[in-house]
Amino acid sequence: MIDTSIKKVLLLGSGALKIGEAGEFDYSGSQALKSMKEEGIHTVLINPNIATVQTSEGVADKIYFLPVTPYFVEKVIEKERPQGILLAFGGQTALNCGVKLYQTGVFEKYGIKVLGTPVQAIIDTEDRNLFNKKMEEIGVKIIKSHAVDNIEDARKAASELGYPVILRAAYALGGLGSGFCDNEEELNLLAEKSFSYSPQVLVEKSLKGWKEIEYEVVRDKYDNCITVANMENFDPLGIHTGESIVVAPCQTLDNHDISMLKELAIKIARHVGIIGECNVQFAYDTLSDDYRVIEINARLSRSSALASKATGYPLATVAAKLALGYGLFELKNSVTHTTLAFFEPALDYVICKIPRWDLSKFHGVSREIGSSMKSVGEVMAIGRNFEEAMQKGLRMIGQGAHGFVANKEIVVPDINKALREPTDNRIFVISKAFQKGYTVDEVCDLTKIDKWFLEKLYNIVLVSKELEKADKPQELDVELLKLAKQLGFSDFQIGRFVFKDKLETEEQVIRIRKYRKSLGIVPYVKQIDTLAGEFPAQSNYLYLTYNGQEHDIEYEKDRRSVIVLGSGAYRIGSSVEFDWCSVNALQTIRKSGWRGIMINYNPETVSTDYDICDRLYFDELTFERVMDIYELEEPHGIILSVGGQIPNNLALRLDENGVNILGTAASSIDRAEDRHKFSSMLDSIGVDQPKWQELTTLEDINQFVESVGFPVLVRPSYVLSGAAMNVCSNEGELERFLSLAANVSKKHPVVVSEFIEHAKEIEFDAVANRGEVIAYAISEHIEFAGVHSGDATIQFPPQKLYVETARRIKKIARKIANELNISGPFNIQFLAKENDIKVIECNLRASRSFPFVSKVLKINFIELATRVMMGENPVPPSKSAFDLDYVGIKASQFSFSRLQKADPVLGVDMASTGEVGCIGDDTNEAILKSMLSVGYTIPKKNILLSTGDARQKAEMLNASRLLVQHGYKLFATDGTYKFFIENNVPATRVLWPSEDGEERSALEMIQNKEIDFVVNIPKNLTESELSNGYKIRRAAVDFNIPLITNTRLATAFIISFCNLPIDEIQIKSWDEYTS
Amino acid sequence: MQLLNRSLSSVQLDNGLEFQGYSFGYMAPADGEVVFSTTMTGYPEALTDPSYEGQILCATYPLIGNYGVPEAITIGGIQQHFESERIHVRGLIISDYSLKYSHWSAVKSLDQWLRENRIPAIYGVDTRELTKVIRDNGSMLGRIIPEGSSPEWDVEDPNTTSLVAKVSCKEVITYPAPIRSKRVVLIDCGIRHSILRYLISKNIEVIRVPWDYNFNEGSVGRYDGLLISSGPGNPEFCTATIGHIRHTMTLGKPIFGICMGHQLLARAAGAETFKLKYGHRSNNQPVQATDSKRCYITTQNHGYAVDTTTLGKDWEPIFTNLNDGTNEGIRHKSKKFFSTQFFPEMTGNPKDTSYLFDIFLTAL
Repeated sequence: MIDTSIKKVLLLGSGALKIGEAGEFDYSGSQALKSMKEEGIHTVLINPNIATVQTSEGVADKIYFLPVTPYFVEKVIEKERPQGILLAFGGQTALNCGVKLYQTGVFEKYGIKVLGTPVQAIIDTEDRNLFNKKMEEIGVKIIKSHAVDNIEDARKAASELGYPVILRAAYALGGLGSGFCDNEEELNLLAEKSFSYSPQVLVEKSLKGWKEIEYEVVRDKYDNCITVANMENFDPLGIHTGESIVVAPCQTLDNHDISMLKELAIKIARHVGIIGECNVQFAYDTLSDDYRVIEINARLSRSSALASKATGYPLATVAAKLALGYGLFELKNSVTHTTLAFFEPALDYVICKIPRWDLSKFHGVSREIGSSMKSVGEVMAIGRNFEEAMQKGLRMIGQGAHGFVANKEIVVPDINKALREPTDNRIFVISKAFQKGYTVDEVCDLTKIDKWFLEKLYNIVLVSKELEKADKPQELDVELLKLAKQLGFSDFQIGRFVFKDKLETEEQVIRIRKYRKSLGIVPYVKQIDTLAGEFPAQSNYLYLTYNGQEHDIEYEKDRRSVIVLGSGAYRIGSSVEFDWCSVNALQTIRKSGWRGIMINYNPETVSTDYDICDRLYFDELTFERVMDIYELEEPHGIILSVGGQIPNNLALRLDENGVNILGTAASSIDRAEDRHKFSSMLDSIGVDQPKWQELTTLEDINQFVESVGFPVLVRPSYVLSGAAMNVCSNEGELERFLSLAANVSKKHPVVVSEFIEHAKEIEFDAVANRGEVIAYAISEHIEFAGVHSGDATIQFPPQKLYVETARRIKKIARKIANELNISGPFNIQFLAKENDIKVIECNLRASRSFPFVSKVLKINFIELATRVMMGENPVPPSKSAFDLDYVGIKASQFSFSRLQKADPVLGVDMASTGEVGCIGDDTNEAILKSMLSVGYTIPKKNILLSTGDARQKAEMLNASRLLVQHGYKLFATDGTYKFFIENNVPATRVLWPSEDGEERSALEMIQNKEIDFVVNIPKNLTESELSNGYKIRRAAVDFNIPLITNTRLATAFIISFCNLPIDEIQIKSWDEYTS
Repeated sequence: MQLLNRSLSSVQLDNGLEFQGYSFGYMAPADGEVVFSTTMTGYPEALTDPSYEGQILCATYPLIGNYGVPEAITIGGIQQHFESERIHVRGLIISDYSLKYSHWSAVKSLDQWLRENRIPAIYGVDTRELTKVIRDNGSMLGRIIPEGSSPEWDVEDPNTTSLVAKVSCKEVITYPAPIRSKRVVLIDCGIRHSILRYLISKNIEVIRVPWDYNFNEGSVGRYDGLLISSGPGNPEFCTATIGHIRHTMTLGKPIFGICMGHQLLARAAGAETFKLKYGHRSNNQPVQATDSKRCYITTQNHGYAVDTTTLGKDWEPIFTNLNDGTNEGIRHKSKKFFSTQFFPEMTGNPKDTSYLFDIFLTAL
């Protein structure tokens, strides 16, 4: 019954990871591509996100690392001539692009069929007026909203509806430009911003305090319709579902509620005409069965990825097959293999999704959570009761929590306020409130969170109070200990309550572990099988629980399996790149004839797809849980160097407890991680590094700074991606920063290092076998050192590096690899000034840039590394970077537009949420492709420049001249203007926000959208400079105008778009470059 | 009931297996046939479903009690929130019990409701493991034994007696329609009040008769159609009912059988029924309409099925279960007799299959 005229299909990816659009679309896209392949359909993928699994060899037949924009998609269509296109698997990016192409007649022109839900149905769901009309046709209640296109009408609508109201920008994902307004003043402010994202803004009555319920609906072309999952937000309406803790299935709804909403969801999906999958969101009253439909997403979404992981039902795979014309009854259930895809999963566990925020990485950002999304990642925890799932989840988010209790005391000046106005630490405020004696009713009153959830959380507090009564494990009642484990307490938590931190942390944990094991209190392994055990299922999708008495699976105990530790929640500094590494490690392990076992808990990943491995433990990456699984599995060994810093940090403890770590020894990992050990090792092998010292007093710091001079880099020890790290250029800054950092790192002394200005930063990614480098890639940063390597624009192979520098770097890397006897992946970061080379960091694990260099070079570094770790001796690849006649550029994606008030300036602390990697025939082409991929546009006319200090101004001069030559009109603030005039560059003077004068104000021009591109280079960190520049930068972000804050990157971008017209950009697939 | 100081209890199966847990509900031993249901919500409805008569129900969904229990409201003799007048299960086995409930319509906790109705229950059980045991061995007799009690009697096997006789009404009950309309005789084999609610909403006068009542003679009088309800246990016990159905068939009046009613209609037509290894007890049973692309997610609760190979030549199957291929519905090729194994009227699923009622009602 499927459409056999479709031989080639184009799939649009979602581009770089950003807030609101993250790894879930790599998962959906990968599944869809696999589905197409199974049908023998040729697949073409457009996605510039080079770190994804879907852009790996063999997933799609052709891959274009190009921007997902109408221009480039049309070019690819013109070249590839597919018969069909899939729009539902690349998030809002793909959907918006598809709608535009449909509206401009491109699909018609090339005779392309949109597979799955028709575009008109998509438009009906996206346009609020059309959607409301559709819903009214079938008598479904909606949130009455007024679509307006100017502020005046917005005010009118709001006063008609009565405050509080909510504003939503149409066609914007993740609630961009949305928010609540309690009065007209707030409305005026927000409306202005909303209109910058969308010509249409919706004003709605606020239903704050109602429940938020979601349904995932699947429908085939025969009108067969099922709901795969229902989910309930822990937080009441008003907090974006991406910002809320979510549980599945719904917990506080009875049969009547569930049936009614399910019926509505199906009615809606049918009426809209979904073919494939959609998500329906409801607002639901807490005191009756009154409801409103909030919105529907006629595509795969973050929620659908979560629902897939929560139920085991592969929504994206099924949606792709339905798009080809299959009926649900014609598809198999991929978990059971015996039953069909036409069924609704029955769960016998509960899942808890918890968002992960990284707000502390941003200066000035508002920490309140609300109707627009700010979280950068999420975790999913599985348990057989809510408490268990919740406590697991709170550990999984990886922000230092040990569960709901037993955490470091947080400072909350006003608990009532913090409960009423939630921030990113709301759950811990609730914990604190309970410990301060608040009742469930009081907390419910302030938070509007359903009492059922709060009562369950209160149980955890009650048990913790009981645990505290004991002073040693033997004093714990067996039933109490069992109860604690059943409610998700970790050995650490119990240890802290019993020993009261009188012992070393690790000692406490080990003693509790030993004691409970002696009593037979151990976790059991359960399967997720989609049907609650009703039929036998060979499911390899597993979790651990203390609410059980038998395992679901039998262990082989043959030591033929290898455990790979995944990367956990996506966060700034660790995201899809480590998923790619994990998946490739698993594939290599399985290809070599071993069983690959995955431990990870991030629902947005491909590595947590049970198809990828022989066994998937969707569970914690803590020492306790990894040991539990290790003891059950009795594997050959464990690989912890492909999942980023979380697994890497477990190396020493696992090693001490007898775990066989494959690859580089734990002691070597420790020598690289421990600043002192690493430093003395470098000294002993004669490798230079920037001067640094670990200091505890202000006096010592001043003395050290005197010897090295400003600027200095100040940071606490043992961190990834530079949290709480800062460059200080003078005494004032140093003092200001230290007063903050000293608080942050009470336990750890402050590390101060010499900061070398105007130095090149160079990445060395490599694989070594028993100390010998067998493959490497040297790449250079476009920006000078000082921009975090995760934010920098990276070029590979390097184009402007001295041969001498490259040779020295190789030599040093070999020395280090040899000294640490590295077997596996590693990365070293270097500073180079002239030919003076210094080592800044060394990680004995895969780095962020592994997928990038692997794909540009077309040598899979992870495959090589895994084979080394498995004890094989792979032949070193013969190809080297010098053989490439093309260039790869990795550019960073920022999500500042979602982070209200954050200063969009780059520094030593990482701020980007994602990246792309594009290939071009030369640097210009690669730069242009990659910059367009991360959302930059080529300016039309007016450019605003404030180019920093004298040296930076000089650096920008040629690029500025180039702009003028190409007919651009330059606007410049005071100093930059003078500099331009002195150098005969025509420019118009504009005013800083703090200036008065006759000229026009820069801010006003931005707000009027008269500026197409802003270059704003922060000069120094003085208060006034920061405040002036901040206002300009923030306005650029808020009004959606491209902004660059680094001279080197700005210059590179300007040169590329001035020298290369867009229609000269090559439309070449990956294999056209590499083969 | 409290979080700490849990009182131990256990489930013992006929094959000697034992599962540890903690007591709640009525503190006493219970026995019966242990069955499981994979339905995720609706414990007030399930516990009052007459089809569970004589059984100890094990819920595979672990979190139970969350939304308490609603008030028992009856309108015109029909339960609004429950499936019958009383709890029919003999015991309840769950994993996690919510000590505190939260729902605007709740008036008491599940624990309190069970205590009031003297129904023992146990929580903290590895219900997944228990389910797998039942799945692999077929339904099994078992007991709930709170610590300290030692029951000596044998487990009463509900399959050896007519459960229908136990749960059926004892007298004819008439539910008049607001406006005078069609009259339907409803044979009560263990009726679920959702059927009554549905028929009344369609303005049908319902004559509810005991399972063995001869409605073709006696006081019932003229009627337009026959509806045979769902009910517990083995259809073979209902020989009297089968005779009465056969008589109606000779009159040519429309007949619609649901669940047990389906099995009885099939037997009346001369077909055989058999016991399933582990019945269908959930609201996610997928069925497909024969010779069609249409599929339905249905609610079911039964342990027996119709053997289609024994269907006479005048009959044909109309629905099939997509999981195990068993029969889910039959109809007569020329007359207005048909039946479904699933509940077409059930809430818990979209009313996709309620068109079957419309077929029946328009045939009247």
